[in-house]
Amino acid sequence: MIHLEKVSKLYRTERVETTALDNINLEIAKGEFISIMGPSGCGKSTLLHLMGLLDEPSEGTVALDGKAIDRYGDRELARVRNERVGFIFQQFHLVSDLSVADNVEIPLLYRKMPNKERRKAALAALDRVGLSSRTRHFPTQLSGGQQQRVAIARAIVGKPGILLADEPTGNLDSQMGDEIMGILEDLNQNEGATIVMVTHDPRMAEKTHRVVRLFDGRQVQ
Amino acid sequence: MIRNYLKIAMKVLLRRKFFTFISLFGVSLTLVVLLVATAMLDHVFAAQAPEVLGDRTLGVYSMTMRGPESIWSGFAGYQFLDRFIRPMTKLPSVEAVTFFSMPGTGISYLDGKKIESMVKHTDAEFWRVMRFNFLEGAPFTVDDDRSARFVAVINEATRDKFFGGQPALGKTLEVDGQRFKVVGVVPNVPILRISPYSDIWVPIGTSKTDAYKRELVGDYTGLIVARSRADFPQIKSEVQSRLKEAEALIPDPKMYKHLDGGADTLFEAASRLFLPGDSETSHSERLFLIFAGLAVVFMLLPTVNLVNINLSRILDRSSEIGVRKAFGASSWTLVGQFVVENVVLTLVGGLIGLVLAAAVLAGINASGLIPYAQLSLNVRIFLDGLAIALFFGLFSGVYPAWRMSRLHPVMALRGRSV
Repeated sequence: MIHLEKVSKLYRTERVETTALDNINLEIAKGEFISIMGPSGCGKSTLLHLMGLLDEPSEGTVALDGKAIDRYGDRELARVRNERVGFIFQQFHLVSDLSVADNVEIPLLYRKMPNKERRKAALAALDRVGLSSRTRHFPTQLSGGQQQRVAIARAIVGKPGILLADEPTGNLDSQMGDEIMGILEDLNQNEGATIVMVTHDPRMAEKTHRVVRLFDGRQVQ
Repeated sequence: MIRNYLKIAMKVLLRRKFFTFISLFGVSLTLVVLLVATAMLDHVFAAQAPEVLGDRTLGVYSMTMRGPESIWSGFAGYQFLDRFIRPMTKLPSVEAVTFFSMPGTGISYLDGKKIESMVKHTDAEFWRVMRFNFLEGAPFTVDDDRSARFVAVINEATRDKFFGGQPALGKTLEVDGQRFKVVGVVPNVPILRISPYSDIWVPIGTSKTDAYKRELVGDYTGLIVARSRADFPQIKSEVQSRLKEAEALIPDPKMYKHLDGGADTLFEAASRLFLPGDSETSHSERLFLIFAGLAVVFMLLPTVNLVNINLSRILDRSSEIGVRKAFGASSWTLVGQFVVENVVLTLVGGLIGLVLAAAVLAGINASGLIPYAQLSLNVRIFLDGLAIALFFGLFSGVYPAWRMSRLHPVMALRGRSV
């Protein structure tokens, strides 16, 4: 489903060249739940961004469903991100000016869909993460755990098939972290979602099918 | 999607009150100035009552006698108008011709109190060219003018001053030692409508001396109403040839050899006044370009300001941009969203500007700063205002939106978040 071959990512400034990822080879199958671990700055988030088509590799190939992303233009990339990928961020990245339901609707705004249907899907996604009573609230009125649930609802509302979670429990206490992890496991087991999760927490990583370890941009496991 | 954009736009505007205030202040203040200026120009140049024929009227406003060492400039002289312009009524392209003097101050004393009024001498045709709505009576007639009858049409303000607002028809008033019988009362005309403006209108024949009858350059204006604007070139050239003929009447041919002037629209005449020079054809175009240039410069300043404000306002929302890109917004979709937001902002500014401009115009009307001013925001000015607001919205929004849409999603996500 997600295929990375000899992927490297370099960041260049006028003076310095930094290698964020070096020769990564990775195959993620449909329905897998894998975690990416490693110390800060080892390239975990960069790897996730490459898988989510938010960034392009300096070398190598990233392919989604067998098609390399360097063949996509801006519009096509946007369409694939919209239909195939759902992101969950450590910082939640909810739009503070929008209500919970409006935030969840965001991915569906970029699809041809009647307003009523869009709202119905958003409410269903919020129900799925146990937040159907908070639809009219604003993000700042919610706890961290609740905000992350909204972010998960936003990620799954378009039924993308692939969920990319960047330290989804990193900003939460252990109890809330467990709740979020429970939702992700459920999505993987019962709805067949393919999940790639960046985490620092070995306890969370243990619950996934496979762990990919990075060190200084290189894959060590 | 648009509904979502509008919702966000309103929320962003309400949340970022300082940015919103600065943006709205810039847009609305500029609009106020532009709208008031437009209303003034409209007040002077647009065809509106009583100058309903203004669109197809040419005026012989200024005249100059020129010699090798001497020059004598002024308004048109009665002799020139009477002998050379009045006969133009016989031309098929001319519907009417009228003459009138520049208004002069007339002094009256009422119960020991001095009253100053503007007095204009006109022919009877004046009342056919200027379509006044008479509140009382009727205009004086050709016969009144020929017989030099001491009759007058007065405006409401004069009726109030002399007769305490009571009906004035048939009553008399004394101006500069002459007693006139009031035959008509008309609404006040603003001073900016220079052709019809006055307080008291009396027949030309009642002038105190007949010196005016010998003047080529004097203090009269002649208006020529064409059948259509398409006749303007022909009428202008006819006036030029009659000016040449009139040179034979120059009283002192040693001092003055040429008679310059012409028939102009009011805008052309104003252009000639403000932009003296020899380039005959381009006066009005130059004045129009100057007005347009000033308007553009005036609008450019708040636009540049808005561009800067919008840039920081939009980049402040980089997290949202990153999220939208991550969830499938293309760069162009985001440009659309932020342009919509900006257009909403500027339209709100536009509406505030329109309300403020209406208040300023009402204030000017009430202040008496411009006598009898009736400045108002008409539909055309309202649409101009709306167009100006959209100009702000689009031009100040497109560039920041484009800059923002180029943000790399990963970089954008590293910005601020909830």
